[in-house]
Amino acid sequence: MSSFADQLLVLVLLINILILGTHRARVAIRAIAVQGVVLGMMPLLIHPVQGHILLITLFVVLAKGVCIPWLLFGALSKIEFSEDLPPFLGYAGNVIAGAVATVMAFVFAARLPLAPHHQELLTVPAALATILAGFIALASRRKAINQVIGYLMLENGIFIFGLLLTEAMPLMVEAGALLDLIAGIFVMGIIINQIGREFSSIDTSRMTALREEE
Amino acid sequence: MIDLLIHLVLIILIPPLLPGVINRTKAAFAGRTGAPLLQPYYDLYRLLRKGTVFSRTTTWVFRAGPLVTLAATLAAALFIPLGNHAPPLSFNGDMLLFVYLLALGRFFTTAAALDTGSSFEGMGAAREVTFSCLAEPVLLITLLVLSRLSGSLSLAGILTHSSTTLWLASGASLILLVAGLFMVLLAENCRIPFDDPTTHLELTMIHEVLVLDHSGPAFGMITYGAALKLSILSALFLHVALPLRDADPYLDWLVFVISMILLAVVIGVVESCMARLRLTRVPQMLLAACVMAAFAMVLVVR
Repeated sequence: MSSFADQLLVLVLLINILILGTHRARVAIRAIAVQGVVLGMMPLLIHPVQGHILLITLFVVLAKGVCIPWLLFGALSKIEFSEDLPPFLGYAGNVIAGAVATVMAFVFAARLPLAPHHQELLTVPAALATILAGFIALASRRKAINQVIGYLMLENGIFIFGLLLTEAMPLMVEAGALLDLIAGIFVMGIIINQIGREFSSIDTSRMTALREEE
Repeated sequence: MIDLLIHLVLIILIPPLLPGVINRTKAAFAGRTGAPLLQPYYDLYRLLRKGTVFSRTTTWVFRAGPLVTLAATLAAALFIPLGNHAPPLSFNGDMLLFVYLLALGRFFTTAAALDTGSSFEGMGAAREVTFSCLAEPVLLITLLVLSRLSGSLSLAGILTHSSTTLWLASGASLILLVAGLFMVLLAENCRIPFDDPTTHLELTMIHEVLVLDHSGPAFGMITYGAALKLSILSALFLHVALPLRDADPYLDWLVFVISMILLAVVIGVVESCMARLRLTRVPQMLLAACVMAAFAMVLVVR
């Protein structure tokens, strides 16, 4: 059973690289939705089925697989800028950085003082790798919408870490984290719309200069 | 002894069949009848009867190119096991020799292309070398991972080791390897997402532009060498992707030939369903294959 979970985590790692390497926002949104659904199913696979784990699975799949992609697609259709802005590192640079981050995550996870039954699992390195990939996406993308996707990836990484604790964590904590996330995406969606309406470009790197738009 | 004979006969006879099957599949997808299945054989026969024209600006390198390429590819074919049988030649570490025999062939193809002094061929040579130096690490890392899994350093041991139990034990890394190898198979043989073998626009093609100036038997050798390379890499891919084993050796040969033809059909389907990638996206795809192979290594070594 746990080997199947490991293979799903490999899929999650590949989706990280896909998101880092793609130049289409739509592909990235779909990929992050798939990643969310895969992660949402994970608690069912690694823990015995209980009432509150079923609830968590349901909420996570609904939020990450349906709700957030819907919000993001909504934001994407409102802004009319579809021009492709290469990230600061370039796409190839992003992919390489993601791969290096993954390898470093594996090296680092091997040195962590983990509980013996967590040592063999892929969970901890996958969590670290996803968090790092999220950081890379967040830091190097220019468009606000791609930065939101990086933020989601970061959250997914934290969720993978949480998988180790799902049994011990009360439902309220999970629900609170999800609510935070959706509120965050809402705010970002509104901001993206605002940026699209106010400025001629949605390149966030140009917004560091403060001056009057004429 | 009989296995050795079958190996030699197969490796000499089967290669032109694969492009024929691919073309037939593509024709069926497009709703055409297509050329006969054995058309590549007729083409080879026709080319071998023709005379050769050499440009006055070329040197011996141009004449040696097709010969050396074909010889190197044939030598590489002796190291790859077909089906479940030991290859004719095998020693520890022959996987490196295998990879570099293919590289030697490519070196001479590109050297011959540069020797003509034509700007188109120089462009093609530059592309071929750029893409292959991204595809080579994938092949090497894949062989490295497989040799770690099988505990053997020769191609025979590496490739005949993979089995259903191995797939159950380390399926995740094998899936990554299969995906990476498939991309390499398409890229190295200039199949569609990377290069369009049927186009005749010099600006967009890679392999065809390299061999524009060859004619007659030399061109036949190049066509045959390309088909041979396709079948070698297909055999390599099949060993990882489809570890079918049977007790009966003759059934094994049959299964191998059928799976080769099926793989050619799969390549034809992929070619029919995809458009050629923009040239600047090709390195990114190969980089992705490289990252996948590296992941597989991390998973295995961990």
